[in-house]
Amino acid sequence: MRILIVEDDTDAATYIAKALGEAGHVVDMAANGEDALEIASDSHEVLIVDRMMPKLDGIQLVEYLRGDGVVTPVLFLSALGKVDDRVEGLRAGGDDYLVKPFAMAELIARVEALGRRKGTPETQTKLVCGDLEMDLITRDVRRGESKIDLQPREFKLLEYLMRNASRVVTRTMLLENVWGYHFDPQTNVIDVHISRLRGKIDKGFDKPLLETVRGAGYRLNAAD
Amino acid sequence: MALGYAILLIISVSVLFGLLYWNTAVFVAEQTEETIEVEISGLAEHYQKAGIVGLSDVIRDRSQGQRLSLYLLTDQNRRPLAGNLNSWPTASRPGDWIDFEYQRPIGSRIVEHRAHARHFVLPGGFNLLVGYDVQDQVRLEQRMRGSMIWIGALALFLGLAGGLLMARHWLRRIDSVNKTAREIMDGDMSRRMQLSGSDDELDQLARNLNAMLDRIEALMAGLRQVTDNIAHDLRSPLNRLRSRLEVTIMEDPDKGTYRAALIDTMGEADDLLKTFNALLLIGEAESGLDWSKLEAVDLSIHTNDVVELYEPAADEAGISLRAHITSDIFVRGNPNLISQAIVNLLDNALKYTPSGGTVDVSVGVDDVGDAYFEVADSGPGIPEDEHTNVLDRFVRLEGSRSTVGSGLGLSLVSAVAKLHQARLVLKGNEPGLAVRMAFPRLLSA
Repeated sequence: MRILIVEDDTDAATYIAKALGEAGHVVDMAANGEDALEIASDSHEVLIVDRMMPKLDGIQLVEYLRGDGVVTPVLFLSALGKVDDRVEGLRAGGDDYLVKPFAMAELIARVEALGRRKGTPETQTKLVCGDLEMDLITRDVRRGESKIDLQPREFKLLEYLMRNASRVVTRTMLLENVWGYHFDPQTNVIDVHISRLRGKIDKGFDKPLLETVRGAGYRLNAAD
Repeated sequence: MALGYAILLIISVSVLFGLLYWNTAVFVAEQTEETIEVEISGLAEHYQKAGIVGLSDVIRDRSQGQRLSLYLLTDQNRRPLAGNLNSWPTASRPGDWIDFEYQRPIGSRIVEHRAHARHFVLPGGFNLLVGYDVQDQVRLEQRMRGSMIWIGALALFLGLAGGLLMARHWLRRIDSVNKTAREIMDGDMSRRMQLSGSDDELDQLARNLNAMLDRIEALMAGLRQVTDNIAHDLRSPLNRLRSRLEVTIMEDPDKGTYRAALIDTMGEADDLLKTFNALLLIGEAESGLDWSKLEAVDLSIHTNDVVELYEPAADEAGISLRAHITSDIFVRGNPNLISQAIVNLLDNALKYTPSGGTVDVSVGVDDVGDAYFEVADSGPGIPEDEHTNVLDRFVRLEGSRSTVGSGLGLSLVSAVAKLHQARLVLKGNEPGLAVRMAFPRLLSA
């Protein structure tokens, strides 16, 4: 993916660029909102935008881009982490909001999830991942020939994983998107939910689909 | 202000008194003239019937005694024929109203009195003067004019004095507010406006200012405590982190040792961030979010969601997590903070409850009608005398140090309770601990 980082702290931007580069992405950098307007192009699949910048700040930049018809997904980075701040960012046209400080694994996972969004229409009624199938209307879940019974929350969890198949999703992403919480419980409650889900979709099958990615999160692997 | 007040008072009094004076004087004068007219027409009638001799008799009759009516009948040459006036008092033409002074005998003295009269000519050329002693009216008018000056002076005095007193009273009170404000600006946040106890507008202003100052002081105290805590509680872990890096470099280690040290350092940084975030959240809750921004929160649904989130974890740990949730219990609050408080309580309960134990989560309405949620565990509990202690920041009980966590869980719960004006009650659960947060209940969403 080609990614544009708009961040006035060049050291921080360089670290992010390095990490994204390690993950196999191409990165451009802009030091402020005005430069970003010149550099941003259709070839960028995700924009990473710092909220507080000199000249044109992040919110203004994104409002400007959205007003101009640019639909490229935007991930806001910000030191402002209150619920109100998050809402403000999303309202301005941001697609995700990550509060500083963050783990690189978290950032990469979110950027990749945003990049995928383009190709995954929310309108489809059936999700498929290898031999795992989910019918969003009848709420039937099957793996191969066998039907899988899921609790409502497990269904939501699996749906999120399937929409982000082959990508790493972090615990925080799951908490935010499946449970709607913007804080971290101290104990790893998410892990237990995952292992339960794993017991339902992977138990008895040769090829496990739901994989734990050390130090980052989980990945639902689309079998070849 | 005092002068304006006095002038206003004087003008009002003058206008009122002037009206009274004018009305009275005009009324009395009219009455007099009416009486005179009636008498003249009576006498004229009598003259027609009884002639000049009869009229003279009547006039002579009426002139006896101390009556206030005055008569003078003269012939064509104004020689007196009858009446209680000795001579025609002043030049006049027939039909004229005249005013004059005359000598009136009162007892043995002769006094000069004022009179009002009309000159009338009878057929045959006789002149008739009928008048009325208006000395009493004159005196009344004089007295009224005299008292008007006095009243004016009194009004001026009262107005000025009252105005001055009032102005001084208000100015003194405003001065006191100003003085207090200056003291507060000089840094003494504990000062408050004085109330006079009269509950007037100035008192209300002072009370509102005081309430505002209380709020500001509470916010400042919260903020100060947050910064104090951040400084105090982040310094030592940061120092530890730095020392680790320094020592690692000093040891001249191999690649593997470097890597291990870096991974440890990252873990420590993560812990630091967690503590930092928790502190910020507590500060935010304690310094008080905008109460008006709070919304109706369905305690039942939020608690249920948290129980559902923790259910697998409890199961895994061999703890029986039981929910007793009455539905449709609403409170006014911040949904995110309330969820976080429930999460923290449940997190703690599960952490301290041994395998095989139970954790009960309930939502309901208590005997005083407050909505509550409660988390009760069967863990080791907390000794009674440490109940308030554990709500402070970073307090972790002896013997529980092996369990992970920043130790901020309950302080956040306490801060959330404070923000929502909720009561936080810790009590023994024989065995274990029950923590209940009781909110003012919102009857409809």
